[in-house]
Amino acid sequence: MPASSSKLSPPRFLDAGESAVVVEFGRAVDVALHDRVLALDAALGAAKIPGITETVPTYRSLMVRYEPRVLGRGDVVEQVRALLERAWPVSSSPSRRTVPVCFEPPYAEDLAEAAEKLGLEERRVVEIFAQATYRLYMYGFLPGYAYLGRLPKELQIPRREKPRSAVPPGAVLIAGEQVVIAGVASPTGWHMIGRTPLRVLDLERERPFIFDVGDEVAIEAIGAAAFEQ
Amino acid sequence: MSGLRVIRAGPGETIQDQGRFGYLRYGVVESGPMDWVAHAIANRALGNPPDAAALEISRGGIDVACEGAPLYVAFAGGAFVWERNGTRLPTAAVVRLRAGERLTAKTGAWGAWTYLAVAGGIDVPPVLGSRSTYARFAIGGFEGRALRPNDLLRVLPAEDAAPGEGAIVTPLLERPVAPVRVVLGPQDDYFTSVAIETFFSRPYAISTRFDRMGYWLEGPLLAHAGGFDIVSDGIALGAIQVPGSGQPVVLLADHQSTGGYPKLGTLARADVGAFAQRRPGEEVRFARCDAEAARAALLGVYRALDHPPASRDELLRASNLIGGVVNPISP
Repeated sequence: MPASSSKLSPPRFLDAGESAVVVEFGRAVDVALHDRVLALDAALGAAKIPGITETVPTYRSLMVRYEPRVLGRGDVVEQVRALLERAWPVSSSPSRRTVPVCFEPPYAEDLAEAAEKLGLEERRVVEIFAQATYRLYMYGFLPGYAYLGRLPKELQIPRREKPRSAVPPGAVLIAGEQVVIAGVASPTGWHMIGRTPLRVLDLERERPFIFDVGDEVAIEAIGAAAFEQ
Repeated sequence: MSGLRVIRAGPGETIQDQGRFGYLRYGVVESGPMDWVAHAIANRALGNPPDAAALEISRGGIDVACEGAPLYVAFAGGAFVWERNGTRLPTAAVVRLRAGERLTAKTGAWGAWTYLAVAGGIDVPPVLGSRSTYARFAIGGFEGRALRPNDLLRVLPAEDAAPGEGAIVTPLLERPVAPVRVVLGPQDDYFTSVAIETFFSRPYAISTRFDRMGYWLEGPLLAHAGGFDIVSDGIALGAIQVPGSGQPVVLLADHQSTGGYPKLGTLARADVGAFAQRRPGEEVRFARCDAEAARAALLGVYRALDHPPASRDELLRASNLIGGVVNPISP
């Protein structure tokens, strides 16, 4: 990553009102961009700058929220610039997590449809999916809605024409090069190829969200019996 | 054990504190009050801590009864019609409720939201550090949901045993008419210059498609300069998102945490409440400002909130000035 970082352009600082600045590293889904997002996120987390209240990492940007009673936009940009110079590049070793996923009925509502569209056997779709490892790029949209990438090329298909009004928590969804593990029940136009018994979001748990952005995720295929346990 | 019993509640009325912060990175939005200024005024009038939880009341109005020991309550927001046991009260006031007394709010001359705070704050368990309700996913507030008849809202011990009763008078509660200030970005460069000029020069109306997630605007459509799909990034409260149709939507308290459409600008925090107080069909204009000007405006609101409250006598006089209404001080 340090080798490629010299080719990356400097980040842009975009306003999101007077209480947040978006540090935009690029506009694409790209591991190198996301590495920079993670590095700045970690650096800000460690620096504990008074007035910086929260950061929101996404595929290609970091939203930095601040308290305007403490800091102005200029202060925030200056602090972030200084961190980028000092702390960049940071290589952190991501946590590895294995997620059990059941690809059998009734937990894989759209697996057959996806396989048919892909021109693959269902078994093969599961194999390819479970052999790959994924990065957790961000949570977004809804609580505990984890976006992972990148889905192997052989499995990339567009959304379903008819969205489903609800898939259950734990649904494993695919569309394009993305994978979502849903923390909550949600409507979706993506294909539900499986479901994990893991609860991504559990408010009763001491650690309500099981993943952190940047985690490396491996898939373990499990049977319906194991799921029900 | 004293508390407020809900006799009747309008749709989508919830418990809200200042908001749930620190979980946007996990997809959990801040929620909190639609009009944070009015919410803060009601809490401050009672000497409540800033993070105290209060009731958010929509145009559906509310009807509550005091149970147990007397309670000091404060309400503030749009021009709702408030009554205690059928006797008219000012639109914003501190009153003492005795057991069995009924307090009702109905929609009035203007405004979409009002807040009812109780000395000490509503006692619901914090979830992810906040008492705010995110009803869509049953997070926080009263059992994670909107209020219903017969709910009993318990109250935490109050710091200020006997706050002064009377009307609350502050320019912060006047009907908002000024253009709503907007800071451009983060994706203003996805729009044509004509679109940006249109947005700031033409009137828009609040559409009938509105809720705690956001208000859709009716008015001139806004053209994107190129594509309208972006790789998702974070959404701030007050973001003006423009999907492919060109119709803008202003994202409010329960907004989604990230979005894949360009955001032309973000409402100045100082004006978010004033914007949210507008009703469907009402006109709104937008004025451009930069982040520093928006910050100055916000600090101005905080200064006004921090202004020492008027003395009991001043409050009394003020309450008597409001249309010859009843002196809200209890005997």
